[in-house]
Amino acid sequence: MSAPGPARNRAPAPPAPIDPAARPALPRGVRVRWDAVRQGWVLLAPERALRLDQIGVAILERADGARSFADIVADLAAAYDAPPERIAADAGRFLSALAARRMIELRP
Amino acid sequence: MTAPDPQTAPRQAPEAPPPPIAMLAELTHRCPLSCPYCSNPLELTARSAELSAEEWADAFRQAAALGVLQLHLSGGEPASRRDLEQIVAAAVEAELYTNLITSGVGLTPRRLEALDEIGLDHVQLSLQGVEAGPADQIGGYRGGFARKMEVAREIARIGFPLTINAVMHRRNLDRLEETIELALRLGARRLEVACVQFHGWAMRSRAALLPTREQALRARDVVAEARERLRGVMVIDFVPPDYYAEFPKACMGGWGSTGLNVAPDGRVLPCHAAETIPGLSFDNLRRRPLAEIWLRSEAFAAFRGFDWMEEPCASCERKTRDFGGCRCQAQAMTGRASATDPTCSRSPDRAALDAALREAAEAGAEAPLVPRAPAPG
Ligand code: SF4
Repeated sequence: MSAPGPARNRAPAPPAPIDPAARPALPRGVRVRWDAVRQGWVLLAPERALRLDQIGVAILERADGARSFADIVADLAAAYDAPPERIAADAGRFLSALAARRMIELRP
Repeated sequence: MTAPDPQTAPRQAPEAPPPPIAMLAELTHRCPLSCPYCSNPLELTARSAELSAEEWADAFRQAAALGVLQLHLSGGEPASRRDLEQIVAAAVEAELYTNLITSGVGLTPRRLEALDEIGLDHVQLSLQGVEAGPADQIGGYRGGFARKMEVAREIARIGFPLTINAVMHRRNLDRLEETIELALRLGARRLEVACVQFHGWAMRSRAALLPTREQALRARDVVAEARERLRGVMVIDFVPPDYYAEFPKACMGGWGSTGLNVAPDGRVLPCHAAETIPGLSFDNLRRRPLAEIWLRSEAFAAFRGFDWMEEPCASCERKTRDFGGCRCQAQAMTGRASATDPTCSRSPDRAALDAALREAAEAGAEAPLVPRAPAPG
C-alpha cells in the first residue's frame, strides 16, 4: 500500500549487511498499527503505509532499540524453529530496505 | 515484511472499490502566500463556508472507519485556522497518521509545541527557493523565507519528522543541488522535488514556469546522484516535469482507488484538481456519509476502473500501471477528461503539448508570472 501523492520512484535496495551489534529501532513518526478495516498490521510512516506480514510484525516488535540485531535473530530462530542463517538473511534484507527509506534506525 | 500490495493489482470490479488509504483535508483556502503555481481551484471557498472543527472531527472518525490510515492537513495554509490545534487533536483521536502540510507562516514556536503535545505525527514544509530574494518573490510574501527557516529550526528542536516539499520550475530548477543541501541542513528525513504540475491557476504562468528540456534532463541526473549519495540519510521523491516524459504519471494511483480529498466546504473530490473537469458533481460531507460517497458518488465512479478509457489507452498494456495518466491534465489540454493524458508519447493530442513547449521556449526566462489571487474573506 502506498499513499497517493508524488511518484514513489522506489530505488532498488541492494541488501547491505547489518552489523550484528546494531540495535534497530523505529524512529519518531514511524509506527506499527493494527488496521481493523483490512484486518492486518500496517507500518505507518511519512507518506507511506506498508502492510506487514507475521514475520515483519515479529521483527518490528523486537526492534525496540535495546536488543541487538544478533539478539533478534536468535530470538526469532528459536520462536519459529528456523535456521538462524535464513532468519538473519531475511530480517537483514527487510531491515536494510526500511533503513534505506529512513523507516528504521540502526543504532550503534 | 511487506506483502504484495492488493491495492495496486488491476481491479476487475470497479463497482467495489477497496477502502481508501489517504485523505487530504483542505482546512481552508486562505493563505498568506500567493504562489503563481497554486494548485487550489480558480474559485476559492470563502471562510464563512469552511467546515467547523466539529465537522472535521466527524469527518476524521468516518474516514478512519472507512479504512483511511493517513491524513494530510492542507490548505491554503492550515495554520491560518485558529482552531488548527483542535482539528489536529480530533485527527489524533481518530488514530489517523497525521501530517501537517504548511508554508510555515503562522506557526509560532508555541503553536508547534502545542501540536507536539497533541500528537501530530509529521510536518511537511514547503520551500519556494533557497534564498530569501527569489523565494519571497515567488511566494509573494516578504519575510516568508526567513520565517520558514525559523520554523524549520523549531521543528528540528522539537523532533518532528520533517519532509521538505520543494516546488521546482524553470526559475529555480538550476539550483536543485542547493535545494537538496538546504533540505539536508534543515534536517529533513524526506525531500520531495516536485516539479510544477499545470492545471488550474498554474496554467496562467505555464510559459514562464515550464522548465527547458535541458533543465529536466539535468534534474533527473542530479536526483539520481543525490539518492545514491544520501541513501539512508534523506529519502528523495521526484515528480519530474511530465511534459518531457515518455509516459504519464500514475495520477492518484488510479482515480478513486486510494485517496480522497475534502474541500474546505465539505465537498468530497477524487483529487484536489477534480473541479477543473466540467460536468462532475461532487457530494458534500454535510449531506452524505463519507462511506457512501466513496462507494457511490458520481464523481468517484466517473473514471474508476478502465471502462471510461478512450483509445489508445483502452487497448494499451500499460493502462494498469499508469491508468492513462492525469484526468485533469487531459481535460486542461484536450478539453476531454477521458482522453489519453497528452504527456503520453502515444497520445494523439501531442500537438497540444508541443504547442505549450514552443510557447515556453518563445516566452524566455523572464516571462511574467501571475500571482495567486486570495480567497474571499
Ligand atoms: S496510451 Fe494510455 S495507458 Fe498507454 S501508456 Fe499512454 S497513457 Fe498509459
